[in-house]
Amino acid sequence: MNFNPSKIAGDFPVLSRKINGAPIVYLDSTASSLKPLAVIEEIDRYYRELSVNIFRGVYNLSEEATALYENARQTAADFIGASSASEIVFTRNATESLNLLAASLTKKLAAGSGIVSTVMEHHANIVPWQVAAGEKDFTLSFVDIDENGKLDLADLRKKINKKTAVFTFTYVSNVLGTINPVREIISQIKKINSKIIIIVDAAQAVPHMPLNVQDLGADFMVFSSHKMCGPTGIGVLWGKQHLLEMLPPYQTGGEMIREVRLDSSTYNESPYKFEAGTPHIAGAMGLAAAMKYLQGKGLDKIRQHEIKLTAYALEKLKSIENVAIYGPEKAENRGGVIAFNLKGVHPHDVAQILNSENICIRSGHHCAMPLHTRLNIGSSCRASFYLYNSEKDVDALLQGLKNTAKFFLKKRC
Amino acid sequence: MDLYRDNILDHYQNPRNWGSLTGSAVKVSHNNPSCGDSITVSLKLDSGKIADIKFTGNGCAISMASASMLTEYIMGKSVTDALVVKREDVEKLLGTKLTLARLKCALLPLETIRQALVESAKTRLPKPS
Repeated sequence: MNFNPSKIAGDFPVLSRKINGAPIVYLDSTASSLKPLAVIEEIDRYYRELSVNIFRGVYNLSEEATALYENARQTAADFIGASSASEIVFTRNATESLNLLAASLTKKLAAGSGIVSTVMEHHANIVPWQVAAGEKDFTLSFVDIDENGKLDLADLRKKINKKTAVFTFTYVSNVLGTINPVREIISQIKKINSKIIIIVDAAQAVPHMPLNVQDLGADFMVFSSHKMCGPTGIGVLWGKQHLLEMLPPYQTGGEMIREVRLDSSTYNESPYKFEAGTPHIAGAMGLAAAMKYLQGKGLDKIRQHEIKLTAYALEKLKSIENVAIYGPEKAENRGGVIAFNLKGVHPHDVAQILNSENICIRSGHHCAMPLHTRLNIGSSCRASFYLYNSEKDVDALLQGLKNTAKFFLKKRC
Repeated sequence: MDLYRDNILDHYQNPRNWGSLTGSAVKVSHNNPSCGDSITVSLKLDSGKIADIKFTGNGCAISMASASMLTEYIMGKSVTDALVVKREDVEKLLGTKLTLARLKCALLPLETIRQALVESAKTRLPKPS
Protein backbone atom coordinates (compact mmCIF):
# COMPACT_ATOMS: atom_id res chain seq x y z
CA MET A 1 0.00 0.00 0.00
CA ASN A 2 1.32 3.39 -0.93
CA PHE A 3 1.99 5.96 1.74
CA ASN A 4 -0.04 8.99 0.83
CA PRO A 5 0.59 11.99 3.10
CA SER A 6 -2.05 14.16 1.44
CA LYS A 7 -4.67 11.52 2.15
CA ILE A 8 -3.34 11.09 5.70
CA ALA A 9 -3.61 14.86 6.22
CA GLY A 10 -7.38 14.36 5.78
CA ASP A 11 -7.41 12.42 9.08
CA PHE A 12 -6.34 15.56 10.97
CA PRO A 13 -9.25 17.98 11.46
CA VAL A 14 -7.05 20.99 12.28
CA LEU A 15 -5.52 20.79 8.80
CA SER A 16 -8.91 21.56 7.28
CA ARG A 17 -8.87 24.91 9.10
CA LYS A 18 -8.09 28.04 7.19
CA ILE A 19 -6.54 31.09 8.78
CA ASN A 20 -7.12 34.35 6.93
CA GLY A 21 -8.56 32.26 4.12
CA ALA A 22 -5.45 30.17 3.59
CA PRO A 23 -4.59 26.59 4.60
CA ILE A 24 -2.08 25.79 7.35
CA VAL A 25 1.40 24.48 6.62
CA TYR A 26 2.34 22.77 9.87
CA LEU A 27 6.07 22.23 10.35
CA ASP A 28 6.39 22.05 14.11
CA SER A 29 5.59 18.42 14.96
CA THR A 30 8.79 18.17 16.96
CA ALA A 31 7.15 20.50 19.47
CA SER A 32 3.73 18.85 19.26
CA SER A 33 2.13 16.73 16.60
CA LEU A 34 -1.39 17.25 15.32
CA LYS A 35 -4.13 14.85 16.41
CA PRO A 36 -6.15 12.61 14.10
CA LEU A 37 -9.92 12.24 14.39
CA ALA A 38 -9.58 8.69 15.76
CA VAL A 39 -7.74 10.06 18.79
CA ILE A 40 -10.11 12.96 19.32
CA GLU A 41 -13.08 10.58 19.18
CA GLU A 42 -11.53 8.23 21.70
CA ILE A 43 -10.95 11.05 24.19
CA ASP A 44 -14.50 12.24 23.57
CA ARG A 45 -15.77 8.69 24.16
CA TYR A 46 -14.34 8.62 27.67
CA TYR A 47 -16.12 11.81 28.68
CA ARG A 48 -19.41 10.94 26.94
CA GLU A 49 -19.71 7.26 27.68
CA LEU A 50 -17.69 6.66 30.85
CA SER A 51 -16.62 9.81 32.67
CA VAL A 52 -16.02 7.92 35.95
CA ASN A 53 -13.02 7.02 38.06
CA ILE A 54 -11.09 3.79 37.71
CA PHE A 55 -10.02 1.04 40.13
CA ARG A 56 -12.28 2.13 42.95
CA GLY A 57 -15.77 1.42 41.61
CA VAL A 58 -17.44 -1.99 41.45
CA TYR A 59 -20.13 -0.71 39.09
CA ASN A 60 -20.04 -1.47 35.37
CA LEU A 61 -19.01 2.01 34.25
CA SER A 62 -15.93 2.01 36.46
CA GLU A 63 -15.02 -1.56 35.53
CA GLU A 64 -15.23 -0.61 31.87
CA ALA A 65 -13.10 2.52 32.34
CA THR A 66 -10.54 0.53 34.34
CA ALA A 67 -10.30 -2.05 31.58
CA LEU A 68 -9.76 0.66 28.96
CA TYR A 69 -7.08 2.34 31.05
CA GLU A 70 -5.27 -0.95 31.58
CA ASN A 71 -5.69 -1.88 27.91
CA ALA A 72 -3.96 1.40 27.08
CA ARG A 73 -1.06 0.32 29.27
CA GLN A 74 -0.85 -2.96 27.36
CA THR A 75 -1.02 -1.11 24.02
CA ALA A 76 1.87 1.12 25.11
CA ALA A 77 3.88 -1.91 26.24
CA ASP A 78 3.30 -3.64 22.88
CA PHE A 79 4.10 -0.45 20.97
CA ILE A 80 7.64 -0.26 22.38
CA GLY A 81 8.15 -3.99 22.82
CA ALA A 82 8.18 -3.99 26.62
CA SER A 83 8.06 -7.42 28.23
CA SER A 84 5.08 -6.57 30.41
CA ALA A 85 2.40 -3.87 30.84
CA SER A 86 3.55 -3.47 34.44
CA GLU A 87 6.74 -1.85 33.09
CA ILE A 88 4.69 1.07 31.75
CA VAL A 89 4.16 3.99 34.12
CA PHE A 90 1.82 6.71 32.92
CA THR A 91 3.11 10.20 33.71
CA ARG A 92 2.22 13.67 32.44
CA ASN A 93 4.89 13.68 29.73
CA ALA A 94 8.55 12.85 29.06
CA THR A 95 9.55 15.80 31.24
CA GLU A 96 7.71 14.39 34.23
CA SER A 97 9.14 10.93 33.56
CA LEU A 98 12.65 12.40 33.70
CA ASN A 99 11.85 14.37 36.83
CA LEU A 100 10.55 11.20 38.43
CA LEU A 101 13.79 9.41 37.61
CA ALA A 102 16.02 12.28 38.71
CA ALA A 103 14.19 12.55 42.03
CA SER A 104 13.69 8.85 42.81
CA LEU A 105 16.76 7.28 41.31
CA THR A 106 19.17 9.71 42.92
CA LYS A 107 17.78 8.84 46.37
CA LYS A 108 19.39 5.46 45.80
CA LEU A 109 22.78 6.79 44.73
CA ALA A 110 25.79 7.20 46.97
CA ALA A 111 27.24 10.69 47.36
CA GLY A 112 30.08 11.24 44.93
CA SER A 113 28.34 9.27 42.17
CA GLY A 114 28.63 10.55 38.63
CA ILE A 115 25.72 11.48 36.39
CA VAL A 116 26.58 11.86 32.71
CA SER A 117 24.45 13.40 29.99
CA THR A 118 25.16 15.16 26.68
CA VAL A 119 25.25 18.74 25.37
CA MET A 120 22.51 17.95 22.85
CA GLU A 121 19.83 17.32 25.48
CA HIS A 122 16.50 19.02 25.88
CA HIS A 123 16.34 21.07 29.11
CA ALA A 124 14.09 18.34 30.53
CA ASN A 125 17.08 16.01 30.57
CA ILE A 126 19.46 18.58 32.09
CA VAL A 127 17.70 20.62 34.73
CA PRO A 128 16.23 17.75 36.83
CA TRP A 129 19.74 16.28 37.12
CA GLN A 130 21.21 19.66 38.07
CA VAL A 131 18.65 19.93 40.85
CA ALA A 132 19.37 16.39 42.04
CA ALA A 133 23.13 17.00 41.89
CA GLY A 134 22.69 20.18 43.90
CA GLU A 135 20.89 18.32 46.69
CA LYS A 136 23.42 15.56 47.04
CA ASP A 137 27.08 15.50 46.20
CA PHE A 138 26.89 14.17 42.64
CA THR A 139 29.16 15.15 39.78
CA LEU A 140 27.37 16.10 36.59
CA SER A 141 29.15 16.03 33.22
CA PHE A 142 28.13 16.29 29.59
CA VAL A 143 29.42 14.49 26.52
CA ASP A 144 30.33 16.82 23.65
CA ILE A 145 29.30 16.65 19.98
CA ASP A 146 31.52 16.73 16.91
CA GLU A 147 31.37 19.24 14.06
CA ASN A 148 28.68 17.19 12.29
CA GLY A 149 26.39 17.34 15.29
CA LYS A 150 27.00 13.73 16.23
CA LEU A 151 27.80 12.57 19.73
CA ASP A 152 31.57 12.48 20.28
CA LEU A 153 32.06 8.83 21.21
CA ALA A 154 35.70 9.35 22.22
CA ASP A 155 34.54 12.01 24.68
CA LEU A 156 31.84 9.63 25.89
CA ARG A 157 34.46 7.00 26.74
CA LYS A 158 36.42 9.67 28.62
CA LYS A 159 33.44 10.89 30.65
CA ILE A 160 32.20 7.43 31.66
CA ASN A 161 34.08 5.77 34.50
CA LYS A 162 33.67 3.45 37.47
CA LYS A 163 32.05 6.20 39.52
CA THR A 164 29.38 6.90 36.89
CA ALA A 165 26.00 5.79 38.20
CA VAL A 166 23.66 7.21 35.53
CA PHE A 167 23.99 7.96 31.83
CA THR A 168 20.97 9.75 30.42
CA PHE A 169 20.78 10.76 26.77
CA THR A 170 18.49 11.48 23.90
CA TYR A 171 17.70 9.03 21.13
CA VAL A 172 17.05 11.78 18.59
CA SER A 173 18.10 15.42 19.07
CA ASN A 174 15.12 17.78 18.93
CA VAL A 175 17.32 20.39 17.22
CA LEU A 176 20.07 18.69 15.22
CA GLY A 177 17.91 15.72 14.37
CA THR A 178 20.91 13.50 15.13
CA ILE A 179 19.90 9.89 15.65
CA ASN A 180 22.25 8.52 18.26
CA PRO A 181 23.46 4.93 17.77
CA VAL A 182 21.75 3.98 21.02
CA ARG A 183 22.57 0.26 21.03
CA GLU A 184 26.22 0.83 20.21
CA ILE A 185 26.54 3.57 22.82
CA ILE A 186 24.94 1.43 25.50
CA SER A 187 27.12 -1.56 24.72
CA GLN A 188 30.27 0.62 24.87
CA ILE A 189 29.21 2.07 28.20
CA LYS A 190 28.38 -1.30 29.71
CA LYS A 191 31.87 -2.47 28.80
CA ILE A 192 33.39 0.34 30.86
CA ASN A 193 30.99 -0.03 33.78
CA SER A 194 28.21 -2.60 33.66
CA LYS A 195 26.39 -1.12 36.66
CA ILE A 196 25.51 2.21 35.06
CA ILE A 197 21.79 2.90 34.87
CA ILE A 198 20.96 3.98 31.34
CA ILE A 199 18.09 6.29 30.54
CA VAL A 200 16.97 7.03 26.99
CA ASP A 201 14.92 10.12 26.22
CA ALA A 202 12.94 8.78 23.27
CA ALA A 203 10.47 11.68 22.97
CA GLN A 204 11.63 12.31 19.38
CA ALA A 205 12.13 8.65 18.47
CA VAL A 206 9.06 6.68 19.59
CA PRO A 207 6.67 8.76 17.41
CA HIS A 208 8.77 8.45 14.28
CA MET A 209 10.42 5.05 13.91
CA PRO A 210 10.01 1.39 14.76
CA LEU A 211 11.66 0.71 18.08
CA ASN A 212 12.02 -2.20 20.47
CA VAL A 213 13.01 -1.15 23.93
CA GLN A 214 14.39 -4.57 24.86
CA ASP A 215 16.78 -4.49 21.90
CA LEU A 216 18.25 -1.16 22.98
CA GLY A 217 19.71 -2.40 26.25
CA ALA A 218 18.49 0.61 28.22
CA ASP A 219 17.17 0.50 31.78
CA PHE A 220 14.62 3.31 31.46
CA MET A 221 13.04 5.10 28.52
CA VAL A 222 10.71 8.10 28.44
CA PHE A 223 8.39 9.67 25.87
CA SER A 224 5.35 11.93 25.49
CA SER A 225 1.97 11.29 23.95
CA HIS A 226 1.45 14.72 22.39
CA LYS A 227 4.38 14.29 20.01
CA MET A 228 2.90 11.07 18.62
CA CYS A 229 -0.61 12.11 17.63
CA GLY A 230 -1.92 11.59 21.17
CA PRO A 231 -3.34 14.08 23.66
CA THR A 232 -1.28 16.43 25.82
CA GLY A 233 -0.95 15.69 29.53
CA ILE A 234 0.10 12.06 29.30
CA GLY A 235 3.46 10.42 28.81
CA VAL A 236 5.26 7.21 29.56
CA LEU A 237 8.08 6.05 31.73
CA TRP A 238 9.24 2.58 30.82
CA GLY A 239 11.56 0.79 33.21
CA LYS A 240 12.83 -2.70 33.79
CA GLN A 241 10.53 -4.30 36.33
CA HIS A 242 13.14 -4.94 39.04
CA LEU A 243 14.43 -1.37 38.76
CA LEU A 244 10.94 0.12 39.02
CA GLU A 245 10.36 -1.98 42.14
CA MET A 246 13.61 -0.71 43.63
CA LEU A 247 12.77 3.00 43.08
CA PRO A 248 11.06 4.93 45.86
CA PRO A 249 7.77 6.65 44.95
CA TYR A 250 7.86 10.11 43.38
CA GLN A 251 4.49 11.52 44.38
CA THR A 252 2.27 10.10 47.07
CA GLY A 253 -1.46 9.95 47.76
CA GLY A 254 -4.33 7.78 46.60
CA GLU A 255 -3.94 4.58 44.58
CA MET A 256 -0.18 4.41 45.02
CA ILE A 257 -0.58 2.96 48.53
CA ARG A 258 -1.23 -0.51 49.86
CA GLU A 259 -2.10 0.43 53.41
CA VAL A 260 -2.24 3.78 55.16
CA ARG A 261 -2.07 4.28 58.92
CA LEU A 262 -1.85 7.63 60.57
CA ASP A 263 1.81 7.19 61.37
CA SER A 264 3.07 5.31 58.31
CA SER A 265 2.07 3.73 55.00
CA THR A 266 3.08 0.92 52.71
CA TYR A 267 3.16 1.34 48.97
CA ASN A 268 1.50 -0.39 46.06
CA GLU A 269 3.56 -2.31 43.55
CA SER A 270 4.86 -0.77 40.35
CA PRO A 271 3.53 0.81 38.13
CA TYR A 272 0.74 1.90 40.53
CA LYS A 273 3.32 3.05 43.05
CA PHE A 274 4.17 5.89 40.63
CA GLU A 275 0.62 6.87 39.67
CA ALA A 276 -0.64 8.81 42.66
CA GLY A 277 -4.13 10.26 42.37
CA THR A 278 -6.66 9.88 39.59
CA PRO A 279 -4.71 9.56 36.36
CA HIS A 280 -5.43 11.05 32.93
CA ILE A 281 -7.84 8.27 31.91
CA ALA A 282 -9.03 9.91 28.69
CA GLY A 283 -5.39 10.69 27.94
CA ALA A 284 -4.35 7.05 28.26
CA MET A 285 -7.22 6.00 26.00
CA GLY A 286 -6.29 8.72 23.50
CA LEU A 287 -2.64 7.67 23.56
CA ALA A 288 -3.61 4.06 22.88
CA ALA A 289 -5.74 5.23 19.96
CA ALA A 290 -2.78 7.25 18.66
CA MET A 291 -0.49 4.23 18.88
CA LYS A 292 -2.99 2.10 16.99
CA TYR A 293 -3.36 4.85 14.41
CA LEU A 294 0.42 5.04 13.88
CA GLN A 295 0.70 1.24 13.72
CA GLY A 296 -2.05 1.26 11.12
CA LYS A 297 0.02 3.61 8.96
CA GLY A 298 3.20 1.65 9.69
CA LEU A 299 6.08 3.07 11.73
CA ASP A 300 8.54 1.84 9.14
CA LYS A 301 6.67 3.65 6.38
CA ILE A 302 6.47 6.80 8.47
CA ARG A 303 10.24 6.65 8.98
CA GLN A 304 10.89 6.11 5.26
CA HIS A 305 8.55 8.99 4.41
CA GLU A 306 10.36 11.31 6.82
CA ILE A 307 13.76 10.36 5.40
CA LYS A 308 12.54 11.16 1.89
CA LEU A 309 10.99 14.44 2.94
CA THR A 310 14.02 15.48 5.02
CA ALA A 311 16.38 14.69 2.14
CA TYR A 312 14.19 16.77 -0.17
CA ALA A 313 14.10 19.66 2.31
CA LEU A 314 17.85 19.54 2.98
CA GLU A 315 18.61 19.67 -0.72
CA LYS A 316 16.21 22.57 -1.30
CA LEU A 317 17.46 24.49 1.73
CA LYS A 318 21.04 24.18 0.55
CA SER A 319 20.01 25.84 -2.69
CA ILE A 320 19.08 29.04 -0.86
CA GLU A 321 21.88 31.47 -0.41
CA ASN A 322 22.77 32.40 3.18
CA VAL A 323 21.19 29.38 4.83
CA ALA A 324 23.18 27.62 7.55
CA ILE A 325 21.95 24.12 8.41
CA TYR A 326 22.84 22.40 11.68
CA GLY A 327 23.21 18.67 12.28
CA PRO A 328 24.15 15.57 10.28
CA GLU A 329 24.38 15.98 6.54
CA LYS A 330 22.48 12.89 5.47
CA ALA A 331 18.75 12.48 6.00
CA GLU A 332 19.28 8.81 6.93
CA ASN A 333 21.23 9.94 9.99
CA ARG A 334 18.63 12.33 11.29
CA GLY A 335 15.01 12.49 12.36
CA GLY A 336 12.54 14.61 10.41
CA VAL A 337 13.79 17.85 11.88
CA ILE A 338 15.99 20.59 10.47
CA ALA A 339 17.39 23.50 12.44
CA PHE A 340 18.76 26.32 10.33
CA ASN A 341 19.44 30.02 10.18
CA LEU A 342 18.93 32.51 7.43
CA LYS A 343 22.05 34.63 7.80
CA GLY A 344 21.30 38.24 8.54
CA VAL A 345 17.72 37.61 9.63
CA HIS A 346 16.80 36.84 13.23
CA PRO A 347 14.91 33.52 13.65
CA HIS A 348 11.97 35.34 15.26
CA ASP A 349 11.65 37.51 12.20
CA VAL A 350 11.85 34.49 9.91
CA ALA A 351 9.12 32.69 11.86
CA GLN A 352 6.98 35.80 11.98
CA ILE A 353 7.17 36.39 8.24
CA LEU A 354 6.44 32.70 7.57
CA ASN A 355 3.46 32.98 9.89
CA SER A 356 1.98 35.62 7.65
CA GLU A 357 1.77 32.82 5.08
CA ASN A 358 0.37 30.35 7.66
CA ILE A 359 3.64 28.42 7.73
CA CYS A 360 4.23 27.24 11.29
CA ILE A 361 7.88 26.76 12.23
CA ARG A 362 9.63 27.19 15.54
CA SER A 363 12.17 29.88 16.37
CA GLY A 364 14.30 30.21 19.47
CA HIS A 365 16.43 27.73 21.36
CA HIS A 366 13.89 24.86 21.33
CA CYS A 367 14.57 24.08 25.01
CA ALA A 368 18.20 23.34 24.19
CA MET A 369 20.17 26.40 25.25
CA PRO A 370 23.41 24.54 26.05
CA LEU A 371 23.36 23.06 22.54
CA HIS A 372 22.89 26.51 20.98
CA THR A 373 25.76 27.83 23.11
CA ARG A 374 27.87 24.91 21.89
CA LEU A 375 26.96 25.78 18.29
CA ASN A 376 27.86 29.41 18.98
CA ILE A 377 24.42 30.68 18.06
CA GLY A 378 21.76 32.40 20.14
CA SER A 379 18.83 30.81 18.44
CA SER A 380 17.71 29.02 15.32
CA CYS A 381 14.73 28.30 13.09
CA ARG A 382 13.40 24.76 13.13
CA ALA A 383 11.15 22.97 10.66
CA SER A 384 10.00 19.44 11.37
CA PHE A 385 7.99 16.83 9.55
CA TYR A 386 5.56 14.07 10.29
CA LEU A 387 3.35 11.64 8.44
CA TYR A 388 0.90 14.31 7.27
CA ASN A 389 3.54 16.53 5.65
CA SER A 390 4.32 16.35 1.98
CA GLU A 391 6.71 17.91 -0.50
CA LYS A 392 4.29 20.74 -1.08
CA ASP A 393 4.74 21.80 2.58
CA VAL A 394 8.50 21.88 2.00
CA ASP A 395 7.94 23.89 -1.19
CA ALA A 396 5.82 26.38 0.77
CA LEU A 397 8.58 26.69 3.37
CA LEU A 398 11.17 27.29 0.69
CA GLN A 399 9.10 29.92 -1.05
CA GLY A 400 8.44 31.55 2.33
CA LEU A 401 12.14 31.63 3.11
CA LYS A 402 12.96 33.12 -0.25
CA ASN A 403 10.34 35.81 0.36
CA THR A 404 11.77 36.45 3.82
CA ALA A 405 15.28 36.81 2.48
CA LYS A 406 14.09 39.16 -0.23
CA PHE A 407 12.06 41.19 2.24
CA PHE A 408 14.84 41.68 4.77
CA LEU A 409 18.02 41.56 2.77
CA LYS A 410 17.05 43.58 -0.29
CA LYS A 411 15.82 46.51 1.72
CA ARG A 412 19.07 46.75 3.61
CA CYS A 413 21.19 49.61 2.29
CA MET B 1 3.44 41.16 7.62
CA ASP B 2 1.66 43.89 9.54
CA LEU B 3 4.35 43.76 12.17
CA TYR B 4 6.99 44.79 9.68
CA ARG B 5 5.68 48.17 8.75
CA ASP B 6 8.06 50.33 6.82
CA ASN B 7 9.01 52.38 9.87
CA ILE B 8 10.01 49.27 11.81
CA LEU B 9 12.13 47.98 8.97
CA ASP B 10 13.64 51.41 8.48
CA HIS B 11 14.70 51.64 12.13
CA TYR B 12 15.95 48.03 12.06
CA GLN B 13 18.05 48.57 8.99
CA ASN B 14 19.15 52.12 9.79
CA PRO B 15 19.20 52.27 13.56
CA ARG B 16 19.32 55.76 15.05
CA ASN B 17 21.71 56.47 17.93
CA TRP B 18 23.75 53.36 17.16
CA GLY B 19 27.07 53.10 18.99
CA SER B 20 28.41 53.64 22.45
CA LEU B 21 29.40 56.66 24.52
CA THR B 22 32.73 56.97 26.23
CA GLY B 23 33.88 58.88 29.29
CA SER B 24 31.44 59.31 32.14
CA ALA B 25 28.57 57.56 30.37
CA VAL B 26 26.69 54.85 32.23
CA LYS B 27 26.55 51.54 30.37
CA VAL B 28 23.96 48.85 30.92
CA SER B 29 23.59 45.54 29.10
CA HIS B 30 20.61 43.25 29.13
CA ASN B 31 19.82 40.10 27.24
CA ASN B 32 16.87 37.90 26.57
CA PRO B 33 18.24 34.37 26.78
CA SER B 34 15.09 32.85 25.36
CA CYS B 35 15.83 34.26 21.92
CA GLY B 36 19.44 35.34 22.19
CA ASP B 37 18.71 39.05 21.93
CA SER B 38 21.16 41.42 23.60
CA ILE B 39 21.41 45.17 23.95
CA THR B 40 23.84 47.65 25.51
CA VAL B 41 22.70 51.17 26.25
CA SER B 42 25.04 54.01 27.16
CA LEU B 43 23.66 57.18 28.60
CA LYS B 44 24.92 60.63 29.57
CA LEU B 45 22.88 63.03 31.71
CA ASP B 46 23.24 66.77 31.96
CA SER B 47 21.27 68.78 34.52
CA GLY B 48 18.77 65.93 34.96
CA LYS B 49 18.21 65.61 31.24
CA ILE B 50 19.28 62.96 28.77
CA ALA B 51 22.17 64.66 26.99
CA ASP B 52 23.04 61.66 24.87
CA ILE B 53 22.02 58.04 24.51
CA LYS B 54 23.37 55.33 22.25
CA PHE B 55 22.86 51.61 21.87
CA THR B 56 24.34 48.55 20.27
CA GLY B 57 22.86 45.10 20.17
CA ASN B 58 21.87 41.99 18.41
CA GLY B 59 18.34 40.87 17.93
CA CYS B 60 15.19 40.63 15.87
CA ALA B 61 13.74 43.52 13.92
CA ILE B 62 11.22 44.30 16.64
CA SER B 63 13.78 44.58 19.45
CA MET B 64 16.27 46.62 17.43
CA ALA B 65 13.62 48.95 15.98
CA SER B 66 12.17 49.42 19.45
CA ALA B 67 15.61 50.40 20.79
CA SER B 68 16.22 52.80 17.93
CA MET B 69 12.83 54.49 18.32
CA LEU B 70 13.04 54.67 22.10
CA THR B 71 16.47 56.32 22.10
CA GLU B 72 15.15 58.91 19.65
CA TYR B 73 12.01 59.41 21.70
CA ILE B 74 13.67 60.05 25.05
CA MET B 75 16.66 62.07 23.84
CA GLY B 76 16.56 65.43 25.65
CA LYS B 77 13.80 64.34 28.05
CA SER B 78 14.20 64.66 31.80
CA VAL B 79 15.00 61.51 33.75
CA THR B 80 11.57 61.72 35.40
CA ASP B 81 9.78 61.93 32.05
CA ALA B 82 11.86 59.15 30.56
CA LEU B 83 11.22 56.85 33.51
CA VAL B 84 7.46 56.88 32.95
CA VAL B 85 7.69 55.61 29.36
CA LYS B 86 5.73 52.37 29.30
CA ARG B 87 4.63 49.48 27.10
CA GLU B 88 1.81 51.45 25.49
CA ASP B 89 4.30 54.12 24.42
CA VAL B 90 6.48 51.47 22.78
CA GLU B 91 3.42 50.14 20.93
CA LYS B 92 2.62 53.67 19.81
CA LEU B 93 6.17 54.20 18.56
CA LEU B 94 6.17 50.90 16.70
CA GLY B 95 2.71 51.66 15.38
CA THR B 96 1.43 48.18 16.14
CA LYS B 97 -0.08 46.13 18.93
CA LEU B 98 2.33 43.54 20.22
CA THR B 99 1.45 39.88 20.41
CA LEU B 100 2.37 38.06 23.60
CA ALA B 101 5.19 36.20 21.84
CA ARG B 102 6.85 39.44 20.69
CA LEU B 103 6.32 41.54 23.79
CA LYS B 104 9.63 40.49 25.34
CA CYS B 105 11.50 41.52 22.20
CA ALA B 106 9.97 44.98 22.14
CA LEU B 107 10.35 45.64 25.86
CA LEU B 108 13.96 44.52 26.28
CA PRO B 109 15.29 47.97 25.19
CA LEU B 110 12.86 49.74 27.51
CA GLU B 111 13.99 47.70 30.50
CA THR B 112 17.62 48.36 29.65
CA ILE B 113 17.09 52.09 29.24
CA ARG B 114 15.20 52.23 32.54
CA GLN B 115 18.06 50.59 34.37
CA ALA B 116 20.55 52.93 32.72
CA LEU B 117 18.45 55.89 33.88
CA VAL B 118 18.33 54.60 37.43
CA GLU B 119 22.10 53.94 37.48
CA SER B 120 22.84 57.37 36.03
CA ALA B 121 20.67 59.04 38.63
CA LYS B 122 22.56 57.12 41.33
CA THR B 123 25.98 58.21 40.09
CA ARG B 124 24.89 61.83 40.28
CA LEU B 125 24.33 61.54 44.01
CA PRO B 126 27.30 62.54 46.15
CA LYS B 127 29.24 59.49 47.24
CA PRO B 128 29.03 58.79 50.97
CA SER B 129 32.32 59.65 52.61
